[in-house]
Amino acid sequence: MTTQTMSLGGAINAGLRAAMERDDRVVLMGEDIGRLGGVFRVTDALQKDFGENRVMDTPLGESGIVGTAVGLVTRGYRPVVEIQFDGFVYPAYDQLVSQVAKLHFRSAGRIRVPLVVRIPFGGGIGAVEHHSESPEAQFVMTAGLKVVSCATPHDAYWMIQEAIESDDPVIFMEPKRRYWEKGEVDTSDPGVDLWSSVVRRRGSDATLIAYGPMVRTCLDAATTAADEGIELEVIDLRSLSPLDLGPVFESVRRTGRAVVVHEAQRTLGLGAELSARISEECFYSLEAPVQRVTGYDMPYPPSRVENEFLPSVDRILDAVDTAKEF
Amino acid sequence: MTLPMTPQPGALAGEHELVQLLSPDGTRRHDPRFPDDDVEREQVEGWYRDLVLTRRIDTEAFALQRHGELGLWPPALGQEAAQVGSGRALRPQDFAFPTYRDHGVAYCRGVDPTQLLGLFRGTELGSWDPQEHRYGLPQIIIGAQTLHATGYAMGLLLDGAVGHGDPERDAATIAYLGDGATSQGDVAESFVWAASYQAPVVFFCQNNQYAISVPLERQTRVPIAQRAAGFGFEGIRVDGNDVLACHAVTRAALQKARDGGGPTLIEAVTYRMGAHTTSDDPTRYRTADETEQWKAKDPIARVRAYLEAEGATPDFFASVEAEADQLGARLREACAQLPEPDLADLFSSVHTDLPPELAAQRDDAVAWQALDERGAA
Repeated sequence: MTTQTMSLGGAINAGLRAAMERDDRVVLMGEDIGRLGGVFRVTDALQKDFGENRVMDTPLGESGIVGTAVGLVTRGYRPVVEIQFDGFVYPAYDQLVSQVAKLHFRSAGRIRVPLVVRIPFGGGIGAVEHHSESPEAQFVMTAGLKVVSCATPHDAYWMIQEAIESDDPVIFMEPKRRYWEKGEVDTSDPGVDLWSSVVRRRGSDATLIAYGPMVRTCLDAATTAADEGIELEVIDLRSLSPLDLGPVFESVRRTGRAVVVHEAQRTLGLGAELSARISEECFYSLEAPVQRVTGYDMPYPPSRVENEFLPSVDRILDAVDTAKEF
Repeated sequence: MTLPMTPQPGALAGEHELVQLLSPDGTRRHDPRFPDDDVEREQVEGWYRDLVLTRRIDTEAFALQRHGELGLWPPALGQEAAQVGSGRALRPQDFAFPTYRDHGVAYCRGVDPTQLLGLFRGTELGSWDPQEHRYGLPQIIIGAQTLHATGYAMGLLLDGAVGHGDPERDAATIAYLGDGATSQGDVAESFVWAASYQAPVVFFCQNNQYAISVPLERQTRVPIAQRAAGFGFEGIRVDGNDVLACHAVTRAALQKARDGGGPTLIEAVTYRMGAHTTSDDPTRYRTADETEQWKAKDPIARVRAYLEAEGATPDFFASVEAEADQLGARLREACAQLPEPDLADLFSSVHTDLPPELAAQRDDAVAWQALDERGAA
């Protein structure tokens, strides 16, 4: 076992480096990712080490970035493109939904699309408008795309490499507010595979289900609850499409209560699908309706009030109470 | 206040500055910028055959739609010279990214014409292997393919497949688009990318004067070719009904790209003689007079006139006609025999694997199929 302490952003950087060393068809594309190393420095030093042909500073246009990446895929490359911020992905939405998601299907499997789209997402960093959004459900509901989100440096290191190795297009949602959080990375063993969910904490009273930035918040909530004698199980979904719900169903059948937590707005967010699936599979085990702790159905608010918009430890524990008292 | 009106249709469709090597009456002329002394009668006879067969594919498919065999067909009638001239300028290692109307280019790339029918019959979404023919699948989202072509061209640069002076090795891409597409953001972005990276890509715009019903003048205030200058590369206007000129201009632009000279925009000025698709009614937005004027510039008649003057025999024309008849019969037969798709099969091509939830949905679909079959029996 070889472990190193890395920040989550640093772990993605190390994972990109490992993937690029392994396969020279892996090329990075995006705005400011080369000389600057990305606005979050996630691609720091990669252009210096791999050259401008492997790490391309592109013109400023998200549809252009994704559309030309599709062309590079046709030529046999495995592009990893960076969308600078979550709220900037929409100009590329047509290429993602109409081309990237459909090419394999359109061609009856003749064209494979090994394309990774990295998107720093979510709020909590005091940013201006369009810099704090959580659009993941829009990609989860797009048939033909796969969507994952990492929550720990270890997962960040391995999941980015596994996403690059995938022959399907992967939307890689990076929890930007966790970029600087440090953790141990075992660089010799990924543990579970890319498409698996994992139990982050065992508990018997209720199951918290989260991904990306909210995993840490749920673990904090579980720590607080434990002080009051309530044991919460925390599941990190990791893969949002396809979903690996086996561990979720197993957990909810044990605890009888489920609370889904995400920053994205509530209506038709991932919590809606999770609530439906848990109700379908665990109906007789449920002691209470599935609870959802989410952003409100408004555009992302001014940052001075974002802490009221974002799910907090208190709101999560309140939802647990509601489920317990039902 | 009403919005200011754009000029009348036709104001941007004049023939000034057009490269033309074969006039509508079949007279050859030469342009020092696009030498074509090497083009002899035999080659023009080959193109004549291509033009006639392309038109037959088109008219046959149109008839199949009218007989209810196809759900839809986008006619290429009138645009054969633009498609054959440019398509025959490509080398095997070049890659073409088409729209949904480029039947003549598909034919030039060796796609069997019967494979053009599946998309429009509703049996398939994409019927050939793009890598085998170096010819992409029909793109229905207007302009999206110009970015794919540009990205592929960037890949050629990364591969070092440009600028060796080796005709077997150097490669380029060509992106087909229409006049309506020039208003799309993706096309503007592809021009930016192509210029910025000096990508070996030729943008071949068939300006057929209408985006369904909307005339060119609603898309642009300047000739389309002029747009290229603003992005920093060359734009050329060519008579799109002149197969010799389309070939010469595209050949030069592709060679420039293969030599490392970067992108070119070609505006092939032509006319969509038919409807946008079989669901369209052009009499609502254009006059019979206008269509008649363009009929006089027919891309096939002028080649026939030239070949007749050069001494091509009646036997030659008769043999091409007979070949077209055979192709028509083959298309009719193949259309009826296209296999019906099986919904259950389609689940496995959503991704390269079949995730469990999708497998469960497939099982659902299979169970319904079994029920339906029992009901039918």
